[in-house]
Amino acid sequence: VTVKGTDAMATAAFKTPTLNRYPVIPLVAEGSMAHSKPFVASPIIQARIGFPGELEDGWERRAVNKMGELLGKYRSLQVYMDSCVHCGACSDKCHYFLGTGDPKNMPVARQDLMRGVYRRYFTFAGKHFPKLVGATDMTKEVLDDWWTYYNQCSECRRCSVFCPYGIDTAEVTMAAREIMDSVGLGQKYSNEIIGKVHRIGNNLGIPGPALKDTLLGLEEDTLEETGLNVRFPLDEPGAQVLLVTPSADFFSEPHVESLIGYAKVFHAAGISWTLSTKASEAGNFGLFIGNYEQMRTISLRVKEAAIELGVRRLVVGECGHAWRVAYSFWNTLIGPFDWLDPNYPVPQHICEMTYDLIQQGALKFDKEKNDDRIITFHDSCNVARASRMGKMPGGQFVIPREIIKAVANHFHDMSPQTTGEATFCCGGGGGLLTDDLMELRVKGALPRMEALKNVVDDHGVNFMAAICAICKAQFSKVLPYYGFDMSMVGGVHQLVSKAIRLGEPH
Amino acid sequence: MSALSLAYAALFYIATAILVIGVGAKIRRYSTVPAPLKIPTTPAPTTTTGVVLRLTREVVFFESLFKAAKWTWLFGWLFHAALLLVLLRHLRYFQQPVWTPIVWVQAVGTYAGFAMALGLAGLWARRFLVDRVRYISTPSDHLHLALLLAIGLSGLTMRFVAHTDVVAVKAFMLGLMRFDVQPLPADPLLLLHLTLVALLMIVFPISKLMHAPGLFFSPGRNQADTSREQRHVAAWAAALPKK
Repeated sequence: VTVKGTDAMATAAFKTPTLNRYPVIPLVAEGSMAHSKPFVASPIIQARIGFPGELEDGWERRAVNKMGELLGKYRSLQVYMDSCVHCGACSDKCHYFLGTGDPKNMPVARQDLMRGVYRRYFTFAGKHFPKLVGATDMTKEVLDDWWTYYNQCSECRRCSVFCPYGIDTAEVTMAAREIMDSVGLGQKYSNEIIGKVHRIGNNLGIPGPALKDTLLGLEEDTLEETGLNVRFPLDEPGAQVLLVTPSADFFSEPHVESLIGYAKVFHAAGISWTLSTKASEAGNFGLFIGNYEQMRTISLRVKEAAIELGVRRLVVGECGHAWRVAYSFWNTLIGPFDWLDPNYPVPQHICEMTYDLIQQGALKFDKEKNDDRIITFHDSCNVARASRMGKMPGGQFVIPREIIKAVANHFHDMSPQTTGEATFCCGGGGGLLTDDLMELRVKGALPRMEALKNVVDDHGVNFMAAICAICKAQFSKVLPYYGFDMSMVGGVHQLVSKAIRLGEPH
Repeated sequence: MSALSLAYAALFYIATAILVIGVGAKIRRYSTVPAPLKIPTTPAPTTTTGVVLRLTREVVFFESLFKAAKWTWLFGWLFHAALLLVLLRHLRYFQQPVWTPIVWVQAVGTYAGFAMALGLAGLWARRFLVDRVRYISTPSDHLHLALLLAIGLSGLTMRFVAHTDVVAVKAFMLGLMRFDVQPLPADPLLLLHLTLVALLMIVFPISKLMHAPGLFFSPGRNQADTSREQRHVAAWAAALPKK
C-alpha cells in the first residue's frame, strides 16, 4: 500500500486501496468520505450561467420549492422518491462505496439524503410522523451532506441496473445538483466549464485560431507518418459530415490519437467531413448538473453549426456522456433531423460509422501493426447503460469490440461482472473529473482496476481501450496510483489509426 | 347488530376507501407528471412488446433483483409469490359460489402461509445481519415487516391452532360487499388479524408499499429505446423560450 495523492493541491494524503484478486464488499465505515467535497463555484461563475452567486436568507424554502417544481417536471424523480423499499440490492453496486466503504455512497443512502427532505415536505407520513419514516427538515446540515455526497456520484446508472424498480440514482443526483445550483451552491469544475462552452465553444476553452493551428499541426504530423495528405478540416462548408467530438481530442494524450484515427477513416472511406469552431465540443455538462435548459442550449450549438455548414450527417466522436446526450436526447432537444440525410442514423457514433464501413469492406487493416498490444475494452457507463449503437439492443457492447477485433489480433474481455451493462465507472464521470476530488477518483476506480489487474495477470493485457474522453483522462491520472503505466489507456480509434491501410503515398 | 361488528364494518369501509382513493391519486400523479427525456436503462427493448416483456419479467421473476442479490431475491420472491397465493385463497371469503380456480388454490394457499412467513423472516434477518442493510433500515422498514409477519402468523394460528368461525367471517365479508352488516365473531385472534390487514390497507398509499404501482411508471424500465426515431418532448419543455 502506497501513500500518494500529494500532487493534488486540495487533497490530503490518502491510501490507495489494495487490489484484491476477488472483489471484496467493504464493511460500512461511517463518515470515511465526509471530508471529500469539490470546490464551490464563485459568484462570477454562477452568474455567467444564470444561477444565484451564493446562499441567501430563505434558501431553505427556495430549495424545497425547487424540489416541488422538479417533482412536477420529472416523473422519474416523483416515482423514485416513493418506490424505494430499502431492499439493499444496490448497496454493494456503487464503485464509490466499494472503494471507500462510506455508507452514504450506497445508492439507497445517497437517494435517502433527498428522500428524507421529500418525505418531510411532500408526504403525509413525513409531515406527521417524521421520525418514523426518516423525514428531515431542509437544514444547513442536510445541505452539507447533499453537497458532499451528491458530488460523490458519477451518475453512471450502475445501481439502476440492479434496482428491482429501476430507480436511477443519477436522476436523483441531477435533481439535487439542480436544486443546489438554484439556491446558489454550484460546483466550480462543472459550472466553469459550462460557462466556457458558451463563451468559447468548447470545455477546454480553446479559441478558434488555436484550434485551426492544432489541426494544421496534426495534418503535418500525419503527412509525415503516412506520406498522405490526410485532412483535418475546420469550418468547411458543404462537407458531408459534421464531426462533433470532445475537445480533449484536440489537445490531450491519448485522446488525440483517436482524432487521427477518425481522420484516417474519413480519408480511407472518401467521406468529406469537417469540425466546427462553434461546436468544437461534444461534451455537455448540462447533463451532469441536471439542467434541461443548459443541456438544450449547449446542444443547440451543434444544430446551428450543422445548418451553417450545410452538412448532411452528424457524427459524434469518442465521448461517453456526450453520446448519451446525443443519442438519447438530441432528437428531443433539438430535433427533428428530417433535414439531414435519412440514410444514416442521426446522430451516428463514430464507432457505428467505422463498423458499417468495415462491414461494407470499405476499410482494410494490417492487424499485425497492433501486435505489440494485448487489448481489453472498458465499457463507458453512459454508452453502456444510457444509449445504444446499431440497431440491436446491446450493440453498444458489440460494435466497439468488433472494431477492435478487426484491427488487432489480441483481445481479452475483463470479468463479465465488470463489463457490459454491469460495467464500472472509471471513477471520474458525472462532473467529478477534477483535482479537488482526487482521493474520490482514485478510490472510485478500484473495481475497474481490480478487473484490469486480473486480465493483466492472466493474459498479459497491456492496453485498455475506451470510447470516452473522461475515462481516458481519468485512467491516465489514476492508473499510476495502482502501479500501472498511464499510457495503458487509449481510444478504439487509436487502434484503428495504427492498423488502417491508407494506400500508397502520392 | 353488535357495536363490534359495526366498528369493523366501518373500519373496512374506511380502509378500502383510503386504499382505493390514495393509490388512485398516486397513480394519477405518476401518469400526469411528464417524463421529458428518454432514460430507459439500456440495453432496453426497442418495441412496446419488448417493454411489456421486460416489465413482465420484473413483476413475475424480479429479474433485476435476481441479478443484484440472490438471498434477497430468494426471500423476496418467496414472500411475494406466497402472498399472491394467500390472497387468492382469501378470495373465497368474498365469493358465493366460489370460483373453481379459487377452490383449487385452497390447499396450496394454506401452506403458502408458511412460505410467506419464512420469506418475511429471511428479509427481516437481513436487516440485522447484513451491515449495509442494517445501516439503511428505518423504524418504518421494521414495522412493515412486523405488520406483515403478524398478519401471516395470526392467520396461520387461526388455520392450524385455534380455529375461528370462518362461516361467520364469510357471512360478514359478503355482507360488507352488499352494505348489509352481518355479525362478526368476537374472536381476539380474528380481530387482531383484521385490524392489522385494515392498517396495511390504510398505510399502503402513504408508504413504500407504493413500489408495486411505482414499478409500472419507472421510466428506466417502461420506456422503449427509440430516442433516435421518436421525439419525446414534454409540454413544459416545449413551452421553453426558443433560442
